[in-house]
Amino acid sequence: MTCHSALKSLLGGATLALALAAPALAQETIKIGAVLSATGPASFLGDPEEKTLKLYVDRLNAAGGVGGRKIQLVTYDDGGDANKAKTFAQRLVEEDKVVAMVGGSTTGTTMAMIPVFEDAEVPFISLAGAIEIVEPVRKFVFKTPHTDKMACEKIFDDLKKRSLAKIGLVSGTGGFGASMRKQCLAVAAKYGVEIVADETYGPKDTDVTPQLTKIKGTAGLQAVVNADFGQGPAIVTRNYRQLGITLPFYQSHGVASKQFIDLAGEAANGVRLPASALLVADKLPDSDPQKKTVVDYKTTFEENTKQPVSTFGGHAYDGLMMVVDAVKRTNSTEPKKLRDAIEATKGLMGTAGAITMTPTDHMGLDLTAFRMLEIKNGEWTLAN
Amino acid sequence: MAELLQFIFSGLTVGAVYALVALGFTIIYNASDVVNFAQGEFVMLGGMATVFLAAAGLPLPLAAIAAVVITVAVGLGLYLFAIKPARGASAVTLIIITIGASIALRGAAQIVFDKQFHRLPSFSGDDPIHILGATILPQSLWVIGGAGVILAALWWFFRVTLTGKAVLATAANRLAASLVGIDTRFVVGLSFALSAGIGAIAGILVAPITLTSYEVGTMLALKGFAAAMLGGMGNPIGAVAGGLLIGLLEAFGAGYLSSTYKDAFAFVVILLVLFVMPGGLFGARSVERV
Amino acid sequence: MPALLRRFLPVLILLALVVALPFLLKSAYQLRVATLVFTAGLTAIGLNILMGQAGQVSLGHAGFGGIGAYAVAILPTHYGVHPLAAFLIGVTAAGLVAFVVGRPILRLRGHYLAVATLGMGILIAMVIQNQQALTGGPDGMQVPRMELFGWRVRGAETWYWICGAFLIAGAVLAVNLIDSPTGRALRAVHDSEVAARVLGIDVARAKLTAFTISAVYAATGGALLAFVNAFVTPDIAGFLHSVELVTMVVLGGLGSVVGAVVGAAILVVLPQVLTVFHEYEHLAIGLIMIGVMIFMRAGVVPTLIGLVRGRSA
Repeated sequence: MTCHSALKSLLGGATLALALAAPALAQETIKIGAVLSATGPASFLGDPEEKTLKLYVDRLNAAGGVGGRKIQLVTYDDGGDANKAKTFAQRLVEEDKVVAMVGGSTTGTTMAMIPVFEDAEVPFISLAGAIEIVEPVRKFVFKTPHTDKMACEKIFDDLKKRSLAKIGLVSGTGGFGASMRKQCLAVAAKYGVEIVADETYGPKDTDVTPQLTKIKGTAGLQAVVNADFGQGPAIVTRNYRQLGITLPFYQSHGVASKQFIDLAGEAANGVRLPASALLVADKLPDSDPQKKTVVDYKTTFEENTKQPVSTFGGHAYDGLMMVVDAVKRTNSTEPKKLRDAIEATKGLMGTAGAITMTPTDHMGLDLTAFRMLEIKNGEWTLAN
Repeated sequence: MAELLQFIFSGLTVGAVYALVALGFTIIYNASDVVNFAQGEFVMLGGMATVFLAAAGLPLPLAAIAAVVITVAVGLGLYLFAIKPARGASAVTLIIITIGASIALRGAAQIVFDKQFHRLPSFSGDDPIHILGATILPQSLWVIGGAGVILAALWWFFRVTLTGKAVLATAANRLAASLVGIDTRFVVGLSFALSAGIGAIAGILVAPITLTSYEVGTMLALKGFAAAMLGGMGNPIGAVAGGLLIGLLEAFGAGYLSSTYKDAFAFVVILLVLFVMPGGLFGARSVERV
Repeated sequence: MPALLRRFLPVLILLALVVALPFLLKSAYQLRVATLVFTAGLTAIGLNILMGQAGQVSLGHAGFGGIGAYAVAILPTHYGVHPLAAFLIGVTAAGLVAFVVGRPILRLRGHYLAVATLGMGILIAMVIQNQQALTGGPDGMQVPRMELFGWRVRGAETWYWICGAFLIAGAVLAVNLIDSPTGRALRAVHDSEVAARVLGIDVARAKLTAFTISAVYAATGGALLAFVNAFVTPDIAGFLHSVELVTMVVLGGLGSVVGAVVGAAILVVLPQVLTVFHEYEHLAIGLIMIGVMIFMRAGVVPTLIGLVRGRSA
């Protein structure tokens, strides 16, 4: 059977042919899987991730593929449900026989899928935030985004610089907010920050003024931090201004797109947040080593999707590029070799920063990759 | 005092939305005994269609009217193509049909619109109004006022117009209504159109405050259903009271008890009320409808 | 057909299915999908006792599944309880909760019962979601692997047979219940509570029995699912999952044991098939649900049985 006819029968979708032809094909295509929360409560993450992967796989293929190999992308939508995610993960490994996985939009879906990829010995680059994904280090599991612990540290660092010690924390009870709240409570003492008010709200709540009223009434309050992603931060920010609170207000890296400014409107002005360079791509000095990567990604994404770029899509870009980089260096599509190559990633410039993996660090980012931004006149600016 | 007032403002704003969704449940239930779990999707459609029509260049008022018309058409379509063909099926079968419709509408919305969150500009600006140390947004007044106007209009429709009376007659006894010459199928179709219209208006009124996306309907259907039951299914006044009460309970729960368990607080109160009044606050000493 | 055969026909059909499937299913992935059908089917059989037999609706049964699932996650992790013991404790706890809560709740009727059970389910889901230290919060938690006499229970095939066995056991119990005095009492309650009361049936007790039994089924299904996944998130107890369970029962056919499993199969397998349509997946699922309910309004299995009977008659 020639490779050409193998490709044909594969396109025909005959399962049997797929099973027979897979080893022969492996030299020709790089099959990458992606289980993403493209719909459901985490579609804020999964939607730009899916768009990014599709967009860049098409572009890479149009440019001749990676070292002559075409990439084949298999995506599944888990709807944010961990049970479904695990089923799809198994399908990727056993039916689709992918050589690497870039996906797992939330910590919950990622944690559910980890055993599948560990057992199958296929590298899994997660796009979720929590530190538990890479601590303890698992042989085949990596992640691209900054952890929420780093976001807390960056915010607290900034608070310390401004001599603000007593803060109110208002967090969403969804995965992102709950995880970040936990991390912030844990590292607060290290930065001399005292959390004097700690309120939460549900992922679909439409009014947070009662919680903010309570925080506002807390004695000695100096600043407020909001830990959440999606539409929640926009509502909280608008409520914050409605109540006329004038204390410094911090958002997290969950506010990852220009959309936040559109949704929060005027109220967004003055908000500070830690974020990757992606959001301020065009404002970076030309000397910034990250500038080219982030400007390229931002322009490509916005031109093709007509939607504002988001750091979540950027995580998917970073994950895909890590796999591509690994294929280039090993000139192989063998999962175990790819894993070793991914672990040896060194100085790869992604949207989240320069990525350098080690056997003890499967995230490869440090705090310097985070910038402190402030929103002024409806635009992101670099603070300080 | 200022705190209390702030909680009340919050509760009334949120509650007014629940009340409008509950009203939609009530109208359809009265005419057809169908509990329509796609009611939240009407709210979503109103908001999202307005956003997209406005983005396409239509002036906001026109976009809003067009969105209401579209939603009404969808409501009628739901009746004609999903409810009417299943005439005579059991209550649970009809509920599953409406759940299927809500999934399908959400699925269609993610294709026709997108999966992003959107906001409409506030009708009267974003400067909060200060009252005794508490603040309320002008848009909240639009929502609360809108709910009031809709309730008044419904009252007029049911009490004064002949068509409205026909709807009431159908609600009271379908067989008797058809015997006196009321086209009960028309009445049921009308109730779907009416509910869809109310849902759409609610969706447009709240979009500047709560933001909107293809998925906002699920939570609203859940809260609206709870509100309708708390008030007593089938009673419009009860629906509004139930909605406002749940909104207030959530605000007070978040303000005075625990923000994490504010929804739990609301549901505990609902459970307690139902234990004491198994027919809801304003429920008829109802005969069981099976 | 002899009465005994007729009575146990649903069990035989399911037994044949469980035994035959491994010959047809190629990969661990396909076995996993079948296993998910079994765990969901078990829960649906239980819920069908409540809905199909007793005619009472519950929009909160995922909560009981959550209790079972989190028992096998929390007790071994935090308290060193053996997973098997945790399993029994979880199932018992769910039954107790149902027994205690059921008494006041089941006085409500129709949609009021629906909203009360919905509230109960949401309360359980909220506790799971927010007791982060214990449950891991929305990100979920690992479920320790079961170990029996030094043998680690793992692998898709092992769990396939375990869940299959539970499904058959659940079906046997359900079939027996239907033909027991309790089952007859439940059907009387379903037809007319007043008439049942006149006949001297303790209506409240009959309903409470059905509610408790169905909760035990749900908790068993939830615990099995947690074991199979070795991981659990609060979704398992959520409102949407409760709705999904009710949909399974109604789609498959109220009152039919095989129907409950067919309903579960539809809702578990359909997303796996429709995923190829990407963004059209949800639209398609919704339309299929509407279509099935319009053309098979009694549910898939009873409608098909009716068709076959009609033809042979």
